[in-house]
Amino acid sequence: MKYVDEYRDPVKARALVHEIETLASSIKTSADRPIQIMEVCGGHTHSIFRYGIEGMLPKSVELVHGPGCPVCVLPMGRVDDCVAIAERPEVIFTTFGDAMRVPGSRKSLLQAKAEGADIRMVYSPMDALALARRNPTREVVFFGIGFETTIPSTALTVLQAEREGIKNFSVFCNHITIVPTIKAILDSPDLHLDGFLGPGHVSMVIGTAPYEFIARFYGKPMVVAGFEPLDILQSIWMVLKQIKESRSEIENQYARVVPTQGNARALRALARVYELREFFEWRGLGSIDHSGVKLRAAYARFDAERKFAVPNAKMADPKSCQCGEVLKGVIKPWQCKVFGTACTPETPLGALMVSSEGACAAYYQYGGVRGQRTEPVAEARAV
Amino acid sequence: MTVPIVIASRPRDKVHVPTVTLAHGGGGKAMKDLIDDVFVETFDNPLLAALDDQARPELAEFARLGDRVAFTTDSFVVDPLIFPGGDIGKLAVCGTVNDLAVGGAIPLYLSCGFIIEEGVSIDLLRRIARSMAAAAREAGVQIVTGDTKVVNKSACDKMFITTAGIGAIPPDLRLDVGRVRADDLVLVNGLLGDHGAAILAARGDLALEAPIASDCACLAGLIAALLTAAPDTRFIRDPTRGGIATVLNEIAQAARVAIEIEETATPLREEVRAFCEILGLDPLYLANEGKIVAVVPPEQAQQAIAAMREHPLGRAAGIVGRVTSGQPGRVTMQTILGGSRIVDMLVGEQMPRIC
Repeated sequence: MKYVDEYRDPVKARALVHEIETLASSIKTSADRPIQIMEVCGGHTHSIFRYGIEGMLPKSVELVHGPGCPVCVLPMGRVDDCVAIAERPEVIFTTFGDAMRVPGSRKSLLQAKAEGADIRMVYSPMDALALARRNPTREVVFFGIGFETTIPSTALTVLQAEREGIKNFSVFCNHITIVPTIKAILDSPDLHLDGFLGPGHVSMVIGTAPYEFIARFYGKPMVVAGFEPLDILQSIWMVLKQIKESRSEIENQYARVVPTQGNARALRALARVYELREFFEWRGLGSIDHSGVKLRAAYARFDAERKFAVPNAKMADPKSCQCGEVLKGVIKPWQCKVFGTACTPETPLGALMVSSEGACAAYYQYGGVRGQRTEPVAEARAV
Repeated sequence: MTVPIVIASRPRDKVHVPTVTLAHGGGGKAMKDLIDDVFVETFDNPLLAALDDQARPELAEFARLGDRVAFTTDSFVVDPLIFPGGDIGKLAVCGTVNDLAVGGAIPLYLSCGFIIEEGVSIDLLRRIARSMAAAAREAGVQIVTGDTKVVNKSACDKMFITTAGIGAIPPDLRLDVGRVRADDLVLVNGLLGDHGAAILAARGDLALEAPIASDCACLAGLIAALLTAAPDTRFIRDPTRGGIATVLNEIAQAARVAIEIEETATPLREEVRAFCEILGLDPLYLANEGKIVAVVPPEQAQQAIAAMREHPLGRAAGIVGRVTSGQPGRVTMQTILGGSRIVDMLVGEQMPRIC
């Protein structure tokens, strides 16, 4: 069993779609609108578009693309901070690929690289640490982005650096946590979501217990979903089943990867190295309490924010940018005024058009509009 | 007693230093020795051996073979220089030959210019040259003129090669993207993505062990067989940088047609598929150096495939899609699930996924 092909079986997919159609048609919605399920995680958004799943669902089920893309929610000011650090001659700035394209107020990291800053793409924080070992006269900074999926690997890298006594390595920490994100969505007055597909890999770290509040206090069903097409289709079916049976529970479709209690070792490393920030700035969503993490005082020497002076300016998004509304799922990407015109992957105004997991980039690439609408533009819901 | 002065013929191995130095690009004796030893000796043909400022093939040769000249140029900056399945030299010869062959031309002569960073090993240079000679012999072309420059350390990344190629196009051949029309079929000659994946794996950044070799090969013979079997072939292109997705978009835009491909019909090596899965890369955008995309009229598709499968470079040839009368310029793919998605031009470089 390779866990790939089996979960892409077209025969089983068609059967699941049929079940979804049957189930959806038996659910009476209170208002005259489709059942709205939000997939929180950008990886799900990517998968949904890549396989054309949205087009396979009945019109009575609508997928709303959520803000679970760590690159998409990077505020411009934070990118400016990265550029400021990277432009220092002693620094080797290391980052995951996608983040290099996000526009800052003056330039992106990719542009800074073209202008001579030593910025290198790495595949893991351990690569950055290896660079630090090999270049003892340079300061290596790792741009830590991602939800709980990637926090443990950064934490373990910091612990490794501590063990080896490495002095020229630090992390510019932009790690964020998923629970406040979901809570901000649930508290948003613009949204009428009926259920959630929960993030698969974040849950692999934190388990399913942290989501209980969604079912208990907000009364919404959530199914933690895998990333293959059958995972997503089965999870949608499971959400619909809960709605039909008037249940609101946290279910785990991705049990082959997600343990209910999460990964204890990863969580321990996370807790040892990091603590919650009081609040953190999100692109398009504003400031969210307790949504970001920072390095504890004991690890200050690995904290790039303490090591380097950064502008730390709060930059407003461009006026035409509707990233926030797309992130919250209030409007679809193609309903944004500048989608496909002023904002394209070549000339992105916002981060959602940059990241491969951003709803706008996914829609543009896979479901494209390119200035020509292929379906009628629905009225954007009143903000 | 007079002693006859014997002028011995120049020894074969003329370069006795281990690395390339600025002197080797200086135009003097060191450079002449380098050229003689490494290039003239290895490429071994009379036009080159004359070492004039230009090679002068006979016009009649071209006129015998065709009624048009095909002319192309390319530069090669691949890193690493040597990778599973080939090296920068083999890539340079095959890439140039293929650019001629996809236009239906019989490739005849190549030029090659080297820009070499000082400090590069002479043995490495010899190895690259030998690789080029072997590829040229196999393709039936000669490297007849060239240039050598040596630059300071860090002024270039080890070695850059620029080639030009020239060939003759047979009289009745009219390969033209404008001839592509609805109902035409899109064929490829084998498994996709090998070269792109091999290079990424060989760079060593990924800590992934992937036994993937580049598919680098000269396609002139395969293309000749294809054109004999399917003389009304509309258009051929090799999907190098940007992969098959880019070529299909170029065709769709230039011919103002829509193209639809089937994901189940896009053949991938198991290792390349796994490699792409782990990194979140789309194999449709990976480079190929031994593949063609050919658009053929539907009634000639079967014989086109049969002819390609007879050839060693076409054993896995097949239909990947067709030209439709859908939205002009648009390329779509039927996913394995039966859904549909757009296959767009690549923007920037493919970046592996984060989480």
